[in-house]
Amino acid sequence: MSDITSQSLTSLVKNIKEKKLSSEEVTKAFVDRSEKSKELNSYITEDFSNAIDKSKKFDEKPNLDLKLPGIPMAVKDLFCTKDIRTTAGSKILENFVPTYESTVTQNIWNEGAILLGKLNCDEFAMGSSNETSFYGNVQNPINKGLVPGGSSGGSAAAVSGQLTPITIGTDTGGSIRQPASFTGTVGLKPTYGSCSRYGIVAFASSLDQAGPMSQNVEDCALLQEVISTYDNKDSTSIDFKRGQYSKDLTKNIKGKKIGIPKEYRVEGMPKEIEELWKKGIEYAKDCGAEIIDISLPNTSYALPAYYIVAPAEASSNLARYDGVKYGFRAKGENLIDMYEKTRSEGFGAEVQRRIMIGTYVLSSGYYDAYYLKAQKVRKLIKNDFDEAYKKVDAILTPSTPSSAFKIGEKKNDPVSMYLNDIFTVPVNLAGLPAISIPAGLDAAGYPLGLQIIGKAFQEQEILNLAYAMEDKITFKNKITDWWIK
Amino acid sequence: MSKDNSEYLIERYDNVYEVVIGLEVHAQVTSNSKLFSSSSTKFGAEPNTQVSLVDAAFPGMLPVINEYCVKQAIKTGIGLRAQINKKSVFDRKNYFYADLPQGYQISQFKYPIVGEGKVVLDMPNGQKEVGIERLHLEQDAGKSIHDIDPQNTLVDLNRSGVALMEIVSKPDLRSPDEVSAYIKKLRSIMRYLGTCDGNMQEGSLRADVNVSVRLKDSKELGTRCEIKNVNSIKFMQMAIDYEANRQVDLIEEGKSIDQETRLFDTKKNETRSMRSKEDAHDYRYFPDPDLLPLEVTDEFIENLKKDIPELPDDKKKRFIDEFKVSSYEATILVSDIDTAKYFEEVLAKMGKNKDVKLAVNWITGELFAVLNNKNLDISQSPISAKNLAKLVNLIKNGTISGKIAKTIFELMMDGEKDPQIIVEEKGLKQESDPKALEALIDKIIDENREKAIEYKNGKEKLFGFFVGQAMKVSGGKANPQLINEILKKKL
Repeated sequence: MSDITSQSLTSLVKNIKEKKLSSEEVTKAFVDRSEKSKELNSYITEDFSNAIDKSKKFDEKPNLDLKLPGIPMAVKDLFCTKDIRTTAGSKILENFVPTYESTVTQNIWNEGAILLGKLNCDEFAMGSSNETSFYGNVQNPINKGLVPGGSSGGSAAAVSGQLTPITIGTDTGGSIRQPASFTGTVGLKPTYGSCSRYGIVAFASSLDQAGPMSQNVEDCALLQEVISTYDNKDSTSIDFKRGQYSKDLTKNIKGKKIGIPKEYRVEGMPKEIEELWKKGIEYAKDCGAEIIDISLPNTSYALPAYYIVAPAEASSNLARYDGVKYGFRAKGENLIDMYEKTRSEGFGAEVQRRIMIGTYVLSSGYYDAYYLKAQKVRKLIKNDFDEAYKKVDAILTPSTPSSAFKIGEKKNDPVSMYLNDIFTVPVNLAGLPAISIPAGLDAAGYPLGLQIIGKAFQEQEILNLAYAMEDKITFKNKITDWWIK
Repeated sequence: MSKDNSEYLIERYDNVYEVVIGLEVHAQVTSNSKLFSSSSTKFGAEPNTQVSLVDAAFPGMLPVINEYCVKQAIKTGIGLRAQINKKSVFDRKNYFYADLPQGYQISQFKYPIVGEGKVVLDMPNGQKEVGIERLHLEQDAGKSIHDIDPQNTLVDLNRSGVALMEIVSKPDLRSPDEVSAYIKKLRSIMRYLGTCDGNMQEGSLRADVNVSVRLKDSKELGTRCEIKNVNSIKFMQMAIDYEANRQVDLIEEGKSIDQETRLFDTKKNETRSMRSKEDAHDYRYFPDPDLLPLEVTDEFIENLKKDIPELPDDKKKRFIDEFKVSSYEATILVSDIDTAKYFEEVLAKMGKNKDVKLAVNWITGELFAVLNNKNLDISQSPISAKNLAKLVNLIKNGTISGKIAKTIFELMMDGEKDPQIIVEEKGLKQESDPKALEALIDKIIDENREKAIEYKNGKEKLFGFFVGQAMKVSGGKANPQLINEILKKKL
């Protein structure tokens, strides 16, 4: 089959289970396409020959009862993978090879999947365009010179460009949903506590969540089913009854109440986004959902609060990268000098900026004014959602305030870059699940996404809504394989 | 300095200063594994052999609270008669150091697990109550070793992540002696509870000492200096004495005291400035987002209360009431849980009709002397409680004299020997047959006629001579009481 790489995960699983395809065939197809796709710069570390070996081994004794039987998969380079270099997109971890596996990736391998390699991302997941990666920016398969979004930019590009049938990213303020939106793919940020953070390089511990990124909702549901487990190695993991998301997926969303928050009509929002949102409302209605206007009054405070909380936690989380134990170490005259040189040379500008912001907002004398206040805002934002969910089952918004922008366009304007997260950030602050699905194209032919935000632990609900709407939207990515010579 | 034993005051010309001391004690929680990881806490292992990925702060590693350490902290809080906080929060204390792998220490800042409590000290001039401000749980750092390699500092992470209880006292202490009594009392309580072994040599118990001085009768607190990480009671006392006098001298010279952190140099017996208030770290405390607030239920606390053994203060009271020992003796007997256990075991083995006073004397006298000489804990005593009980009973029932008992005690030291068997084997049984003793005394009087006459003529001092002769002739076995009686009759 020559069209292996264009198949969805669900179809590949089916073909392998029905022995129409071998793991080796599938793996080789993705390896082959990945080899031809170097220009996208999706990978930081490739593990292709091992992947093929593993696929052969799988085929020798295939366990077809598994959920991801012999499926090759590349993952964001923020997940620690045993014996495979894990960089978090940073120079400071350039030579770091974990001796352990993250819980989320372990869950994936346990279901029969095979690691293809580690995907590019913004350094320590700090960025919205994948331009902060030490390993270079990633090209959006949609068009040359376009950012894939971030921080899971390599992951989004790899799914969109069909270098991997599916992948996982992490989402701290939109890092799954925004790149999904920019690349015409599906991305789910699960409820905080749904997927274990064990073995994921931390950015902002109270916000970080791993989640699936896929070509369609069905694939997304299947991977979510695999990665979401209770884990006693993560104290913030929650032991709730997890659904069989793919099995229970239904397009029947009749009577579901969908809220439209007026505060998401932000000033200066492109007309195309406004129209996309309206179209989304129509699709939802077509599916039998009821549309209800709601208010999330504290929305405008979400972004500033996020850019206090996230850097504060990051400034502390990144303190361990000091050149003493592992990773990059610069030579210094003494301990302090070594620290300063290691961290100045090892971290990129955006990471340093956020460490500085975080250190500042936690400083004595500023703590109450910034960090404590931001935590209070966070509580208010959560209350807003709680209020809204008394009236509705889910909330529909655009995923991003714009389509993908050009590489370099916002690189020197961090505030404009941060504004990209305006619709995604409140969800992380409230710890809720949200999914971005491709819903249309702008005038330039670039994809635009819609975000469906759910109640805590109600992943099934938003997956169903997304599944039903996906059917009405009939989105088709316009990818020309421009990077393949 | 004041001559009065009960008060520690510093005098300069007409000014009399008192010293105000508060202690931050770091007590290592007795636990097989660390506060947030399952690594061993065993002391003395090869460097970096008890380090998990969490302890070494590898990327993506997360702390998971050790429930046993939480129980230990709550038990200690109960022992300190303190408020147990049902909700407490772990914070990150951020600073960079080579032996701090995470770049922060997980501690409890705003909401400690244990709140206010108190400790009662037995001082020579009566009891003294010392307030406890709080007790919180935190991680220990690793150890930087500067004296192995001439060029490099080496880091041992075995200690990294070990659970500590930081116990903060109120500034209620007024003298080096009170500090000593306070540390000993804390140690005693924690050893009773089994929550900290209190071993200062192994670093299980360390303290930062806050010292300030003020004119006696002043109500305001002076500017304090913190003396970091003093690891023996003796050094603590020396450091306080030096520091208090240094501060008084500054005031007398019209200078002011800078609030600062100081180090005690044990070789020079002086404190020196380590860092000033301006250079103090900004630790940027904030709640650790990797850990949820720690919540315990009333039931959880009640269950722990059931596990609390009789503590030194209660035991002391009981010893006085039940065994009629003096307050002084009771204080000694309860000060260490193993001593108290030993004492109670001796009494139990002595059975009915026991001579408690005699037992106390033997324990605090002969036994303590031997242990002290051999540098042994009472738990390592070469003489078991059972055998000591037998020995005391042998004295009590007249089988042996106190003097013979000492000989037997020496013999018992050489092995777990039963004193009864020693008495029989060596023929050390006391001669208490009046007829035999009379015959013996008759013979002595006969051989010393002249002295007997001198005694009758009023030279009473000679009575001792006859007693001595009787003991000598009997090889020390004659019952001294009977000898006395018979001699009086015969002379």
